[in-house]
Amino acid sequence: MANVFTNIGDWVTERAPNMMPMYRKHMTEYYAPKNFNLWYYFGSLAIVVLVNQIVTGIFLTMNYNPSAAGAFDSVQYIMRDVEWGWLIRYMHSTGASLFFVVVFLHMFRGIMYGSYKKPRELVWLLGMLIFLVLMAEAFMGYVLPWGNMSFWGAKVIVSLFGTIPVIGGTLVEWIMGDFLPADATLNRFFALHVIALPLVLLLLVVLHIAALHEVGSNNPDGVEIKKGPKGNRWDALKPADGIPFHPYYTVKDLFGVGFFLLIAAFIIFFAPTFGGWFLEHDNSIMANNLVTPAEIKPVWYFTPFYAIVRMVPSFLGTAVWGVLAMFGAIAVLFLMPWFDRGQVKSIRYRGTGYKVALGVFVIAFLGLGAVGAGITAEVIPEWFGNVDLTTWENAFGRLMTLLYFGFFAFLWAYTHFGWEKTKPVPDRVTMHD
Amino acid sequence: MANEVVDHGRRRFLTATTAVVGGLGIVSAAVPFIKSWEPSARAKAAGAPVTQSLKKIEPGQQLIVGWRSLPVFIVNRTPAQLATLPQQDPRLVDPKSDGSSAAQQPKYAQNETRSIKPEWLVMVGICTHLGCVPNFVGEMKPEPFDPNWQGGYYCPCHHSRYDMAGRVYQGVPAPKNMEIPPYNFIDDSTIQIGVDPKGAA
Repeated sequence: MANVFTNIGDWVTERAPNMMPMYRKHMTEYYAPKNFNLWYYFGSLAIVVLVNQIVTGIFLTMNYNPSAAGAFDSVQYIMRDVEWGWLIRYMHSTGASLFFVVVFLHMFRGIMYGSYKKPRELVWLLGMLIFLVLMAEAFMGYVLPWGNMSFWGAKVIVSLFGTIPVIGGTLVEWIMGDFLPADATLNRFFALHVIALPLVLLLLVVLHIAALHEVGSNNPDGVEIKKGPKGNRWDALKPADGIPFHPYYTVKDLFGVGFFLLIAAFIIFFAPTFGGWFLEHDNSIMANNLVTPAEIKPVWYFTPFYAIVRMVPSFLGTAVWGVLAMFGAIAVLFLMPWFDRGQVKSIRYRGTGYKVALGVFVIAFLGLGAVGAGITAEVIPEWFGNVDLTTWENAFGRLMTLLYFGFFAFLWAYTHFGWEKTKPVPDRVTMHD
Repeated sequence: MANEVVDHGRRRFLTATTAVVGGLGIVSAAVPFIKSWEPSARAKAAGAPVTQSLKKIEPGQQLIVGWRSLPVFIVNRTPAQLATLPQQDPRLVDPKSDGSSAAQQPKYAQNETRSIKPEWLVMVGICTHLGCVPNFVGEMKPEPFDPNWQGGYYCPCHHSRYDMAGRVYQGVPAPKNMEIPPYNFIDDSTIQIGVDPKGAA
């Protein structure tokens, strides 16, 4: 039997001499730093979720009907009549939320350990593009069940483009293919959601990993193992502090996957709507173009960005500012490598100012999320009694918006003017032999 | 032939012209695909005028009718509600509807009540911020979002507020007053939405 495989292997190598070396380059001979910690699970988990979304998505399309007349019913059909349809849909909807959980943590890891810095700017930019496509993908997927929240979510998000002066109105009609979200909108969103964007997403993921493997992984100490001593157990010329990705990190990641699937399975089986956070209650009502749901809020992963739109008032007769601020909130993340001029990568050796600023940034992000999700609208009257809710909520939300953008301004000034007092960075990862 | 000197200028020119012509071809080929996203003939055709009787709308009540798939609010405003309108002017973005909201109504509705007949408000119920349908909160009583509420509209999406003539308050995300559609009175108790009155441009 072993002979057969060897023969097949030889047959392939004879015709495609670079196929086996490619496997080695990215798996058994890709040397990753040996000091990865818990934060390094989320990249591989994102791939696991991506595969889940593709597989469950393919099976959902087999029963889903992309039309304004049939979409809502077909989703109910999947939930009630299709054998195991409920499980496949809950895997897909829970997967969408968990995708953002792992991607947010993955991005935070990158910020914390300076993984966006030279020479990994390209890895960061490709990753940010993945995040952008992921948001478009999530939004369009959210529209497909054609519940009332789907409809109004689509209306609000597409109308964001309507705030652009002069061409806005035409642009909105062009995106929707009608004067409001309708059959044409649903059909094109379906096409984009199931084929166009996934293709782009897969390509970007391949490029993201390829770009990473060109420069090598960063690590919690933020030191370059390629610049450290050479020679490890497997290769005399490779970094001493590197270990082969396979089997060492594949095994570690498999453990992480097992743990992650436990949590995912618990949610899918016991709390698939997650109390209205993963699947919103108002989406169990069919789309109605004459009735806006009493309270419109996006799914949790969009709430911080949604809050920024709400917090910026109109000015000079146009509402474009809030939209610009929202896209700006994502644009500044793209520019992370250029805001941060510091040479020290990891938070372990950075100045106190950076640690405080990052903490404030996290608070601002969560605070904006609380505003966008309507949490502040509930707790302000509860904690402070009969106060003017709008004024208080705006004051809080605008402060959080300022702190969000302030993080980037501070980071630039802090590192550009040399105010940061860093600690000495070790020559090698702290966990060597 | 092979050993002759390469004319780099000629080669660059040919490469550039080929690229330009090829690029034009790609741009032209993209046009049908981009145009295919525009509203189709069927979508455009679904925009006929709507006729509505006003007989059963009591003072203070609102009726919502569909026109071009848009919700149109028809409100029978009470004298008390009408009386609040001038008082709101200092708190509004464009009280006379002649600034940023100049294009939000036909000329014949560009007045304090934003209507043909003072009591009848006919308005496209779409928030000028991001297109939600604002809630009708007609009663003059303190509301959680405004202790001095004088009746009007409150958008659930991003908390924009409008008065009883659809005029937007200051300090909210919406930039303009809500749109007044073209409409006319066929007789005292019937309106037609989508058609200007006779004689008006």
